[in-house]
Parts: sequence; structure tokens; C-alpha cells
Amino acid sequence: MNSEPLLLTTPSGDALKLRPEGPWTAANVSALETLSRSVGADVDRSRAVTLDMSGVSALDTLGAWILEKLSRRAASSGRSAEFVGVADHFSGLMDEVRQVNRHTPAPAVAQNPVLLRLGDLGRSTVSAREDITVFLQMLGALFMAVIGVLRRPRSLRLTSLIYQLYRIGWQAIPIVVLITFLIGAIIAQQGFFHFRRFGAESYTVDMVGILVLRELGVLIVAIMVAGRSGSAYTAELGSMKMREEIDALSTMGLDPVHVLILPRVAALIIALPILAFIGSIAALYGGGLVAQFYGGMSPAIYIARLHEAISVTHFEVGILKAPFMALVIGIVACSEGLRVKGSAESLGRQTTTSVVKSIFLVIVLDGLFAIFFASIGM
Amino acid sequence: MDESQEEFAIRVRDLVVGFGRQTVLDHLSLDVRRGEILGLVGASGGGKSVLMRTIIGLIPRQGGSIDVMGQPIGGRKEGAAMTWGILFQQGALFSSLTVRQNVQFPLRENLVLSQELMDEIAIAKLEMVGLRAQDADKYPSELSGGMTKRVALARALALDPPILFLDEPTSGLDPIAAGDFDALIGTLQKTLGLTVFMVTHDLASLTTVCDRVAALADGKIVAIGPMRELLQSEHPWVRAYFHGKRSQMLQHEMR
Repeated sequence: MNSEPLLLTTPSGDALKLRPEGPWTAANVSALETLSRSVGADVDRSRAVTLDMSGVSALDTLGAWILEKLSRRAASSGRSAEFVGVADHFSGLMDEVRQVNRHTPAPAVAQNPVLLRLGDLGRSTVSAREDITVFLQMLGALFMAVIGVLRRPRSLRLTSLIYQLYRIGWQAIPIVVLITFLIGAIIAQQGFFHFRRFGAESYTVDMVGILVLRELGVLIVAIMVAGRSGSAYTAELGSMKMREEIDALSTMGLDPVHVLILPRVAALIIALPILAFIGSIAALYGGGLVAQFYGGMSPAIYIARLHEAISVTHFEVGILKAPFMALVIGIVACSEGLRVKGSAESLGRQTTTSVVKSIFLVIVLDGLFAIFFASIGM
Repeated sequence: MDESQEEFAIRVRDLVVGFGRQTVLDHLSLDVRRGEILGLVGASGGGKSVLMRTIIGLIPRQGGSIDVMGQPIGGRKEGAAMTWGILFQQGALFSSLTVRQNVQFPLRENLVLSQELMDEIAIAKLEMVGLRAQDADKYPSELSGGMTKRVALARALALDPPILFLDEPTSGLDPIAAGDFDALIGTLQKTLGLTVFMVTHDLASLTTVCDRVAALADGKIVAIGPMRELLQSEHPWVRAYFHGKRSQMLQHEMR
């Protein structure tokens, strides 16, 4: 018994006799490929090919296919090719391999790369319109669910709402406080460092106060919530969709928007303003600490300056934006979750899309609010 | 190699497997002969899948020994795909790969071969399990239940392993598809000379394709032999299994 596969060639006139020997199995595939390639030219030259299988000690589909391919190569140009000496226990396998790969489908035609790009561009333009439709549909469905709850307040899923509040509100507080504290401290440090050159250090407090309350507090918190809770919503709803849980709900006569989505979005709308408030306070505190230890400004002066610099309007401008940002994050996260298809990859893709899209929309919304508040003079 | 190693594909001796305080397999012994189709029956939650997963090394054992093809198993995971192919109950196809890539996966990871040959082998395997070349570029989420099982079988057979494990291969298939699948397993087993270890509840599969049937109850193999011997068995659980109302009905139908 040979441990290495061999392929002996015996040319006799126009005919070629091939004698494979040893184990023709998957384990020796690289040797087999080299062997079959090396006789390729001989096979093409000769008029008749005989494959003598009597020396084969072991055979599997892969080995059988390589031999079959040799015989087909000869047969393809009208020459004769035959197998002789096939052992009984290999004949079933050889017959099976004879049947396969007869109908190779036409390979996909390579397309013009420029046209392909244009096609992608067109498709993504159309899908942008679809995105807007999906967003509006979800907004409408939520609105209907809210009306349903107003009509029958008992139908609100209170347990679910409280649980979601706990998860996305209460559990988010530590990380929100930490990040906004650091942001406040960094802004204050930059303010002192740069304003010091022209003796305007005290205006740092104005900058920190206005920036944090009007813009940064709510924006940073919204971005964090989109990344932390929006992604969780998408993944949860997506895997529910994959396991047909959402279909099961619908068939029991329950509205998935009412049962799953409304409590989640409502929890976001309640939690985000609270988190934005807590975050803003943490940022002001961070700014105050930097003012004391880096800017040499006593806490009393910091608070007094802050009192002069900011008004309730600044606070209102910031906190008014929070529920709208929460609504956008919630709608994007939930509708992306419902768009998950069967595969694990699609779940990952929709989660990424959800986070990217909601952060983008939160920033766009912030810009629109800035224009709006400027035009009404707030 | 001595005689016994030649004869048996899988030898399980005094196997003990448990989770926490619960013992699932209690000093279980089982021999699977080379080239046979062995069906394993047992109550739901009775340890059938645990036995299979222990043999393939997914669950650690607390005692006993398992020899596969004359080699004791343990630790060594490389080359496992060359020894056995496994058809999981839900197919366990990789959802981010196409059907073709799923079948090629064991080839690509274990062998060095050209892309051309790999494509041909993948199509050959798919055709052998009764699929068409056009299905090769679909993703698992686009397949029906029966097709998923066939693709999973093609993947399990990609490297022509000597042993094939099937976990409830016909569950979730309609009787026609299940019958086709049984016939397919029978044919492939003959052509490729496989040893098949099949966990199943399908009485029709047991009667038509299995050479021997083993019954697992109380963590032990309580009866093993050809189907007609099992029907004669005096063990109370085996009697209840094969002579319950449902089974009687089916056996009447088949006669």
C-alpha cells in the first residue's frame, strides 16, 4: 500500500494509459492537483485515454472528481476516454461523480465598473427616500399608539416602561456623569489657557455655562444614548424579528408598536431630558473644579460669575431639544431593528446603521434648533 | 491495529457525563460498527444529544473513554473535520456565507487546493445531496428547511469524513422530504462507505435506513440491535416507546 498518491503515464502510440496509484483522497489534495496538472498536456495530445483504476488504494469524492475531470478533459474534444479496473467498492462513487457538474450555470457577466457605481448611487438615492418613508411610518404608528393609550390609559405597558427607564435612564447615569464631567473640565481648561493671553479669563465661566447648557450637555448625552441605548433597541428588536417573536405578537392580535416600541420610545423621551440635566450639572461641576485648581478662581466667584452669565433661557434652549432628540433616536433604533433580515450579519449591519443614522440626525436636529432659537431670539 | 479497532468506528466505555449534581449519562457503553447506520432513540431531555456532543468533544466527560476510529479522543481539535462531519439540528450554517462558501469552508480551512477545484467540489457535493448549482449563491436565510438540511449535509460531507453524525435529521421536514432525506443518507452511506450515527425520533427513519437501533434510557443504553429485535425488547421504556399508540399506528400503516 502506497502512502503517496502516484499517477503513472504509459504512452503507446496515440493512446495514453494513466494508472493512478495509492490513496486518492482529500488529505493528499495538493499532490493530486499537481499530478493531474502534470499530465494535462499529455491528455490533450493523445487520441484515446484509458484510466486504469486497479492501483487505487483509497478513493473519496475529491479524488474521484479529479480523475473524472481528466477523463472529461479528454472526452470534451471528441476523443475516447474510459475507466478500467474500477474496484467494486469504488464503482458507486465513480458513478455518482459521473453525474455531477454537468450543468454548470453560466458565470455572471462582469459588469462595467462605472455603470456598477452609478447603479449603486441610484439605488442609495432611492433607498434614502425609503428611509424617510420608514421614519414617517414609524412616527405615524407611534402617534396612533399614543392615541390608543390616551383613549384607554390602562393599556399602557407600565411595567415595560419602568423597566426601560431603569435600563436606559438609571443605569446610564454613571457613564453620562463621568463623560460630561470630563467634557466640562476640558472646555474650562481650554478657556483658561487661551483667554489668559488677553486677560479675559473670567469669560471662561460664561463660555462654559452657555456652551454646556445650550449645546454640549444635551448633544453629548444624546450621542451617548444613541450609542448605548439605541444600539441595544435595534439589536433586541432585530433578534426578536429573527426569531419570529414579533410575528407571534401580531398573530395574537397585539400591536408590536404598542407592546414593544411605545414603551421604549416613551422611556427615551422621559429619560433623555433627565440625563441631559444631570449631565449639564456634572459638566458645570467639572468646569468649576478646573476653575479652582487650574484657573485659580474660588468656587464662590465661579458660582457668582455663572449666576450672571447664564439665564433660564439658556437652560430651556438645551432641555427643550432633549425630547425631540430622544424621539429621533427611538424611531431610528426601532425601525432599523424591524428591518433586520434572517442573518447574523444583517443584525450587525442594522445596528451600525441605527447608531450612525441616529447620531447624524441628532446633530442635524441640533443645527435646525439653533436656527430656530436664533430666529425667535432665545 | 487489532481486530476490534478495525471493526468499530466508535467505542464508548463507561461514559459518565453530568451537569452540576445531575448525572445525564451513567456508565454508558456503546459500540458503533464501521459502515453501519446506527439510530439512537431516547426520551426528550434524556441525553441523546448530550451523548452525541460528548463523542464529538463539545461537552467534557467526567469518566470513561471514547475511541473514534481506533484513536482515543481528547483535546485534539485539529483535523476533526477529517474524522467526522456533523449535521446539527438547525443546520448551523454560517449565515454570513453563501451556500457555496459554507460547503467550501471545511475544504478551505483544512486543505491547500485551488479555488477552481474548490468550486467544482462544492457544486459536486451540492448535486450529490440533491441541490442544483443555481442554489450555490443563495444565503442560508433564503433557504427552506429541507434545503438548509441538505446544505448542512453537503458541508458535513465536504471532506468525505468516515463518520457522519446526524442530530434529528428529519425533524421539521414533511414526510415526503423526510423520506427523500432518509433515502439520500442511505445512498450516500453506501457510495462513500460512511459510518452514520443518527439521533432521531422518526420511527420511519429507524425502520427504513437504520441497520441497528440503540435505546437510551436512565443514562444507559438499555437495548441495541436491529429494529425487529428492539420491537421484541422487554425493557419497559423501550416497550412504551415502540408499542405506544402513535408507534402502533405507524407500524400498522407500514405493514
